[in-house]
Amino acid sequence: MSDDPIVHGDDAPPSSWKKGDAPDAMGIGDTKGDSIVGRTVTINRPVGEVFAYFRDFTNLPTFMENVVSIEVLDEARSHWVVKAPAGRTVEWDARITDEAQDRFIAWTSEPGADVANSGRVDFQDAGARGTVVTATILYDPPGGIVGKIVAKMFQREPAIQARRDLRRFKQLMETGEIATSAYTARQLEEETN
Amino acid sequence: MRALAWHGRHDVRVDTVDDPEILNPRDCIIKVTSTAICGSDLHLYDGYIPTMKAGDILGHEFMGEVVETGPKSTLQKGQRVVVPFTIACGSCYHCGKHQYSACDNGNPADNQDIGMELYGQPMSGLFGYSHLTGGYAGGQAEYVRVPFSDVGPIVIPDGVDDDTVLFLSDILPTGWMAAENADIEPGDTVAVWGCGPVGLFAVQSAFLMGAARVIAIDHFPKRLELAKKFGAETINYEESAVYEALMTMTGGIGPDAVIDSVGLEAHGFFVDNVIDQIKKSTFLGTDRIHSIRQAIVACRKGGRVSMPAVYGGIVDKFPLGAFMEKGLTLKTGQTHVQHYMPALLNAIMEGKIDTTFLISHRMDLEDAPKGYKMFHDDQNEVTKIVLKPGFN
Repeated sequence: MSDDPIVHGDDAPPSSWKKGDAPDAMGIGDTKGDSIVGRTVTINRPVGEVFAYFRDFTNLPTFMENVVSIEVLDEARSHWVVKAPAGRTVEWDARITDEAQDRFIAWTSEPGADVANSGRVDFQDAGARGTVVTATILYDPPGGIVGKIVAKMFQREPAIQARRDLRRFKQLMETGEIATSAYTARQLEEETN
Repeated sequence: MRALAWHGRHDVRVDTVDDPEILNPRDCIIKVTSTAICGSDLHLYDGYIPTMKAGDILGHEFMGEVVETGPKSTLQKGQRVVVPFTIACGSCYHCGKHQYSACDNGNPADNQDIGMELYGQPMSGLFGYSHLTGGYAGGQAEYVRVPFSDVGPIVIPDGVDDDTVLFLSDILPTGWMAAENADIEPGDTVAVWGCGPVGLFAVQSAFLMGAARVIAIDHFPKRLELAKKFGAETINYEESAVYEALMTMTGGIGPDAVIDSVGLEAHGFFVDNVIDQIKKSTFLGTDRIHSIRQAIVACRKGGRVSMPAVYGGIVDKFPLGAFMEKGLTLKTGQTHVQHYMPALLNAIMEGKIDTTFLISHRMDLEDAPKGYKMFHDDQNEVTKIVLKPGFN
């Protein structure tokens, strides 16, 4: 990540770079997409537990609000159905390009994806503080820059969603539940739809 | 159920709304027996706190009987509990350090965006206090859904009156933490701005922590009378110049520690306060801060500043130079209620702390709008209103 000596003499992560080619520096390998999202959260649980929960992709819709379903096709491949603005959904097959237990998972979308994307989630043992989880996502917004603005208006934009999803992941791992301020089941349903 | 809902500036109504339900495993539902109107509810009433929505149920000082429990609640039906106003999970890093109001998980994920934008990191959820702090329905209602009921509510022994323990929910721990944040040393002189409930509990707490003298500052004669009862000397800022009085009363040194328990809506017709007012009405600044300014200037060199008062936004004309040059220390924050409740319950049971003196009015929940107006219009006569569903 530090092999960009011309532009970057600091230790700041690529997702915070103001200049330079961040996607190339992120170690994703087979990159797809230009818009970059980097989010980090510290979860007060051991890295083994956090990684194991995440690696079972069928768990992800529990805290990823926009993910309708994930079907695991084989060890490396999974099929994703995700909510998009205006009641639509987008789909793609994701393929794990590289992974190391309790350290990271990197993926890329297969050809034919509605939204081409790639990224990696890093898990770092933080001792008494638990586990630092960093999600870095590259994607091509459908409809280009206009599509990105529309997605933001509907709060279906990956930058917003990744931050909220990581918080929900943290809540679930730390407290066993996802916090809600609803006070009736009907309100809760309206909130999550 | 019936509940007191906010509909706009100076517009609160008792509405009929849906009963709360258990939604998460650690939840419980309580049937409210007593709930108070807090001075900080007046900030909502006056429209100073952003992110309020019409229909939001207010109230963060409440207690009641457990009527329903989720599978992971440790409470039992029929138990009487006082509920902390801060919603904390008990499992995150901050809860582990007993910094409950900084809980990572008490605020729902979507609501944390606002706190992140405003403050850099989101704070915990609070009951009945805008969407910035989670948008949770509050306790000025017949029933409340209480999240994380295995770590928050404290069980009250049978035979103990509501009125003696209700204030464990907020203002007693807040006054106690205010005094604790002043790092009082035996023999100290402590000055307290604002003799509302928090200020009055700070006065009591300061003496319990070894202060030799406490000087209480306000302009409501009745409130100063209450401070006097606990042994404080008083300054009425409408009758006397505060800085001059404090310097003379402390032999030209200044108080060793100062506590600002006034906050957002500092009254006082001083030039800088009037400028603050104008800026507030033109949206140039959100907080009016005369009391903290005066406290910093009066505080002795090397002294301590404690600020339990609620501030929400960005201020200017903060005397940063005086603060730096005199080498002061400032401690503040929303109260870590869960941390203080057990010891303070004991202090109440042992008769070391009295809280009932505060209550000036008791009324039915149905009369809550009248209560808000009374509290807002007459803070001399009204020191604390306790609402009791079914009181009439």
